[in-house]
Amino acid sequence: MTLLALLSGRGFQSALEPAGTHAARIARLWDIFLIVSVVVWVLVMIALLMAAFRRRRAQHDETAGATNTVSIATGITAVTLFALLVSSVLTGRSIVDKTAPGALQLIVTGHQWWWQVEYDDPQKSNRFQDANEITIPVGVPVNIQLRSSDVIHSFWVPNLNGKQDLIPGHDGTIQLLANKPGVYRGQCAEFCGLQHAKMSLWINAVTPDEYAKWLASSRQPSKIPSTPEQRIGQQVFMSSPCPLCHTIQGTDAGGKTAPDLTHFASRRSIAAATLPNRRGYLAGWIVDPQHLKPGSQMPPMLMKQGELEPLLAYLESLQ
Amino acid sequence: MRIRGIVLLAAAAVAALTACEREERRFREMPSAAGRRNTERLVTLVPGPYTPDVRVKNPYERNAFAISEGKRLFTWYNCVGCHANGGGGMGPPLMDDRWRYGSDPENIFATIVEGRPNGMPSFRGKIPEYQVWQLVAFVQSLSGNVPKDAASGRSDDMQARKQEQAVPDIKPEREPAPQP
Repeated sequence: MTLLALLSGRGFQSALEPAGTHAARIARLWDIFLIVSVVVWVLVMIALLMAAFRRRRAQHDETAGATNTVSIATGITAVTLFALLVSSVLTGRSIVDKTAPGALQLIVTGHQWWWQVEYDDPQKSNRFQDANEITIPVGVPVNIQLRSSDVIHSFWVPNLNGKQDLIPGHDGTIQLLANKPGVYRGQCAEFCGLQHAKMSLWINAVTPDEYAKWLASSRQPSKIPSTPEQRIGQQVFMSSPCPLCHTIQGTDAGGKTAPDLTHFASRRSIAAATLPNRRGYLAGWIVDPQHLKPGSQMPPMLMKQGELEPLLAYLESLQ
Repeated sequence: MRIRGIVLLAAAAVAALTACEREERRFREMPSAAGRRNTERLVTLVPGPYTPDVRVKNPYERNAFAISEGKRLFTWYNCVGCHANGGGGMGPPLMDDRWRYGSDPENIFATIVEGRPNGMPSFRGKIPEYQVWQLVAFVQSLSGNVPKDAASGRSDDMQARKQEQAVPDIKPEREPAPQP
């Protein structure tokens, strides 16, 4: 029980505290396996103790009794295993139902080492991108198409569903259906290189009203810098290597190989949920990312005096 | 006696491998490599007695990791948009041996950083310098100007020489039927 308490201690990333329909089914399966296993273990222990303390009997009736007991035990074991197999298959089938009507469509692409999130929409101007953070409405099934741009990754948000691999050249799908609002953490569950451990993401499950509000603001292009410092920061951004990889909607920056920064300041973390999105961490990330996440594709930026502060001010204004 | 020989051999192999520049992987560049200046002159006329410049050595041309990074950046920074994967398109091919602006590493560096007339844009301030040198190493490898053991062994694109790990050519078993 201590172990269980430890495992379930961190509620925002735990398969034992389900917040979604699929995760609840997985948790129920876990409960069934746990209870059956405990009962089997106790029975085996009782049988073992009985065998250890039983007095020797005459040779002839021992062999006859043993054969009977062994066949009964084998039968019970086979039936139990088969029942567990059936429950496992049924749960597996129930969590891969991708045909729920009215579902939202998202495309999540795994990169070394971050998550690209595209919000699909029939109308092209309504599509937009985010990174390392997915916002979903509660009670609405969300179908996520999973892709990879380099190696095999695996998408795993324990509170909402099981794992699903992202395989290059082969689209996978997973469905999330959150039942209660909250913030859940997911991470890459397939070793994908040096910074596999620092490839995580946040899921914000919000009420449908909040989601509509969030959607409307996310579809807007980036905020125009309002203070002189932010304007200098924008110039620093545009004249640096930044726009060769990053996009900021509404500006000339249109790089496609790194996270979209249009609404950067509204994210809770940087570098794929590695660090909190605060000024000090951001400054460290820009100047020396290879210290914080060695091997990441972000190159260190040699900033001149008086460039870093305005750049930070500009990035913090991108709500 | 025999075991001693094997141990000595293993020690020598370990020493040889750890000293090998090919395998070196640096994520944080040292300032000397990151801030190396371009020394190419536009004219040969200099005041005072003429002293030839010390030839710039690309710090990465023997390093397999840097060359593969250069290959990735060649796509990321859209060099492929004009040069294709070395075969050329809107821009000149890079896998041949005719170099309009010289084939020394400092020439390639200057071409990327300063740009060249008739289309080559200047990437000054847009690509960190150590990445420019990684690109230079990759461009050198396109025409086979880096050690063979450091150059990428396989590529999904056209290459100047036969790939080491390429599958053997498979001939079609029969000619396709002529269309009426």
